[in-house]
Amino acid sequence: MFSRAYRVAITVPPLLWVTVFLLVPYALLFCYSFWSVSPAQTIVHSWTLDNYREFLRVNVYLQTLFRSMWIAARVTTFSLVLGYPLAYYLSFHAGARKDLFYQLVIIPLWVSYLVRAYAWKTILGSDGVLNTLLQYVHLTKHPLEFLLYSPFAVVLTLTHIYTPFAFLPIYASLEHIPRNLVEASHDLGASPLQTFWRVIFPLSIPGVLAGATFAFVLSLGDFLAPLLLGGPSGIMISNIVVSQFGTAYNWPLGAAISLCMLLLVLALLFLSENLEKKWSFR
Amino acid sequence: MATTTEPAVARSAKPGSPEPLLSIRGITKSFGKNPVLRDISLQVAEGEFLTILGESGSGKTTLLRIIAGFESADSGEILMGGERLDLLPPYRRRVNTVFQHYALFPHLTVADNVGYGLSVAKLPKEEIASRAEQALAKVKMSAFANSKPTKISGGQQQRVALARALVNRPRLLLLDEPLSALDANLRRQMQVELKSLQREVGISFVFVTHDQEEAMVMSDRIALLRMGGLEQIASPREIYSHPATAYTAQFIGHTNLLRCEVKAGAARCNSLSWRVALPDGPALFSLRPENIRPAASAPSNSEVNVVRFRGKIQQQAFHGATELLQVACADGLSLALRAATRENWQGELELEFSASDAVPVQESTAERGGS
Repeated sequence: MFSRAYRVAITVPPLLWVTVFLLVPYALLFCYSFWSVSPAQTIVHSWTLDNYREFLRVNVYLQTLFRSMWIAARVTTFSLVLGYPLAYYLSFHAGARKDLFYQLVIIPLWVSYLVRAYAWKTILGSDGVLNTLLQYVHLTKHPLEFLLYSPFAVVLTLTHIYTPFAFLPIYASLEHIPRNLVEASHDLGASPLQTFWRVIFPLSIPGVLAGATFAFVLSLGDFLAPLLLGGPSGIMISNIVVSQFGTAYNWPLGAAISLCMLLLVLALLFLSENLEKKWSFR
Repeated sequence: MATTTEPAVARSAKPGSPEPLLSIRGITKSFGKNPVLRDISLQVAEGEFLTILGESGSGKTTLLRIIAGFESADSGEILMGGERLDLLPPYRRRVNTVFQHYALFPHLTVADNVGYGLSVAKLPKEEIASRAEQALAKVKMSAFANSKPTKISGGQQQRVALARALVNRPRLLLLDEPLSALDANLRRQMQVELKSLQREVGISFVFVTHDQEEAMVMSDRIALLRMGGLEQIASPREIYSHPATAYTAQFIGHTNLLRCEVKAGAARCNSLSWRVALPDGPALFSLRPENIRPAASAPSNSEVNVVRFRGKIQQQAFHGATELLQVACADGLSLALRAATRENWQGELELEFSASDAVPVQESTAERGGS
């Protein structure tokens, strides 16, 4: 049907893109993770599992990984708790203001991540907006130190940043629920609350799963928020990877940790996709 | 309660005119500046099959949605069994709906769909199961109890939707063009089934359709809506043989509209003339094509009010059992007539109709200002 030249013309660019920007880097990452660093700080190109052993042996790595997962889990929970009601309100009750509210949710995504993270630094710092306000109204005498440079600050910032990512798929799934199903439920005697739990929520589960996956995976791999706002107690696994590729100059260990993270994320995506399939009825 | 002597009850229970199940009084509705329903009043009797018939945009679906509670009227009230229905939210009304596209819950099995209403009413599990089973048996869908609605055909979904509504034993069942998505054969079959099911369960049906033939086949009474106004409400036979307005005559069945001038007890339309008991002035008559027939060979009973005329056949359309002919009279009048099937109708014919079959009709209500 299409000419050979046409097929080549449309196939080659994406293939090239995938090869150069995905396959080659991952292949390099894979190789590096089995290499090692000599005392003279050069890469030794001989195969070894030492990097993986190191990752599993040193407490701080696994602790940081678990802390990252714990932070990501909290971010996911809060994003869903904030994103779901927002999506529900927009989809079912916003009426003519729907488009306006939708834009208001989306606009923060156009603002640089860095700006938003810095904004929280300005708000949470010891002479920041929040502490100044609290002291001004005499709720506190001294600045609250735990606000900034803590896992709390990281969770707060990541929740702010990733709530739209949780919101969007939930909103899409709610928008796809035929409204006559809601009417049918009311018609059959179900109150609005019963209708929500028996019809609307079950049908929005694929969106919730997709939103949760976004929030969890994105915040698990985040390194800027912990870097700017986390302090020593808020370090996450990506910060360790960054430091291995940077100051520590241990690319092989960094690659091994990255690869473990990658496998973890792929497993999560696989799981979430299967669950979504189970809960979709179209 | 039958022995109560309360005057209110005694008055409402007049013999011969039982209290209607549903009373719609002066319902008006606009969407923005668009009037959709203009002062609709009608009643549905216990066990009646009432069809709301109308073209798209006539307001028939809106009226149904107001009864179900999905829309609220701007003014007017609805009573069911003497109590205000329109003040209740839809989930408190003892009314169930069969939706146009069935609206089955895709995440529930057929049996759970049917049991939904009983389940939200928190009935015991065994009762839900047995009643859902019975309802499915009634619509011949027992074999599909554990299927998901997406895995069954449109006609089967239709039956499940019906079972899901009927299992709640509503006092009134609303059906919003439930057959419109089915193909013609299945549709005819479902019409018959639906009608006999309605007789069997004895629940009042309010059935919305745009298909006049469907309305004629199924209904006890037809309420014809036009541009938000109630054009006529009557039994199918009555509405067909005595259409109140020109619109009704044309919408239900096929008809010839004769624009006449009445003078001294005689109606005159071009060269045709017959005796009528109407005051002088312009008048409009509906004459069904099947009431025009080839004239009997001898004009023996000319004293009976029979109108005879000659017509030239212009067109012939085969309709199976009958032929629809278009004949031109000498004076330019063109009439449709239904005649027995014959290979080739040709040439000029001597035709006649009984003056009593020419039914005087009014111009449509909408043209008179929708009062």
